[in-house]
Amino acid sequence: MGARASLVEDLPAHPADWAAGLLRLAVPGVIDVVPAARTVLVRCGTAADLAVAIARFDDVVASIEIGASTETTVVIPVRYDGPDLADVAERTGRSVDEVVRLHVAAEYRVAFCGFAPGFAYLEGLPVELELPRRATPRTRVPAGSVAIAAAYSAVYPSASPGGWHLLGSTPTTLWDLNADPPARLTPGTTVRFEER
Amino acid sequence: MSFVVIEPGIATTVQDRGRPGLAALGVPPSGAIDRAIADMLNRLVGNPEDAAVLETAGGVRLRAQRSLVIASDSESAPRHLRAGDEISIAPGGVRQWHYLAVQGGIGTPLVLGSRSHDTLSGIGALAITAGTELGIARRTTDLVPVDVAPLGAPSTTIRASAGPRLDWFEGDALAALTTTSWTVVESNRVGVRLHGARIARRTAIELPSEGLVRGAIQIPPDGDLVMMLADHPTTGGYPVVAVVDDADVAALAQHPAGTTIRLRVERAGGDGAPNDGHC
Repeated sequence: MGARASLVEDLPAHPADWAAGLLRLAVPGVIDVVPAARTVLVRCGTAADLAVAIARFDDVVASIEIGASTETTVVIPVRYDGPDLADVAERTGRSVDEVVRLHVAAEYRVAFCGFAPGFAYLEGLPVELELPRRATPRTRVPAGSVAIAAAYSAVYPSASPGGWHLLGSTPTTLWDLNADPPARLTPGTTVRFEER
Repeated sequence: MSFVVIEPGIATTVQDRGRPGLAALGVPPSGAIDRAIADMLNRLVGNPEDAAVLETAGGVRLRAQRSLVIASDSESAPRHLRAGDEISIAPGGVRQWHYLAVQGGIGTPLVLGSRSHDTLSGIGALAITAGTELGIARRTTDLVPVDVAPLGAPSTTIRASAGPRLDWFEGDALAALTTTSWTVVESNRVGVRLHGARIARRTAIELPSEGLVRGAIQIPPDGDLVMMLADHPTTGGYPVVAVVDDADVAALAQHPAGTTIRLRVERAGGDGAPNDGHC
């Protein structure tokens, strides 16, 4: 990916875990380690720094095993009254109650962030709820919207355009510039939804 | 306060070196599009290179409220302003992005460690309108040696290397990229869109989202090329066919819509290093 970055694929571990393992090695000169659906992007300031980082890739798996996550699960309260809830129920052949029950029963994990600051792609969506993105995206999805698309669930941290199916909303703050880190949901965090 | 905006101009924002290192949270690096010019102007006024500057597509008019040392890319040397003096930055010229540095650096609030305005998400946004007053970050009375730094026009031959998803495209995509005349159809802080030949995809399957870098050229379904720029989305689902060399990203970004450019795409890494099996 150019002279100063490498898009690493065919990973020996989940991208979020591999990324965490690489970060734990604290290789100097690494600027960004960006996990995504099936890859991890490693970006350095110089080609020489990238060569040093690549030389450490074989040490990443061992680094993952050393640091097992002890973070608590983030529980997100949701009012399930989203504009797409009935449509999702119809398209998945279930009742609204069943859709909510399925969404709430799952345990999710942040696979990666992207699209917007603090937007976390949550793996763990029940296969019964998998639907392609909406054909026509909305020009504005309110902050706190709880959504699903393809194999992921997500909460929009700020208002933005969006093409996911909106199941409901949460008052939980997911993006706070004064917090450290500013994102409430970061790669590897486990998440559950709760009907309120 | 040190100067007041009389006319805000077009796409005027405060930029510094950006906020690299937060891509895993979905935050783009942002920062001045043409770092070489911003850095040079900062040096001309005696600033460290991380001082914040004004970036604009032109039409800006400012009035100094006290004595200031400034440098802009329309002149080759720094200038001393007295209280009441005005400075204008006209749009156009060989470069579409213009810069103004002031001794001491522009002193707007730091957000996530940077004064840069990310136009994609709004992080660091500052309303710049008629009447906006801008201050200086660091008072200094350093004497600035007179220096001259004439700037050349940005190149219309843009160097790039093969991207990680070159194999998603039909035929000899590198040759097609290199032999086509590409026209800039849209250019802003998020990306530059180029129109020219349609480079066909080998497969219709969707690419799972993956990380992006400044300079990466995606090909969305409409067949145009889109080069990621300062406020680029950190992940995307369109295949990256090539990556513009870091040294040429600003050159491509500086060409206004309507400019025709050529890409010179090499198979190897941007510094000539052999591809070692990673993308």
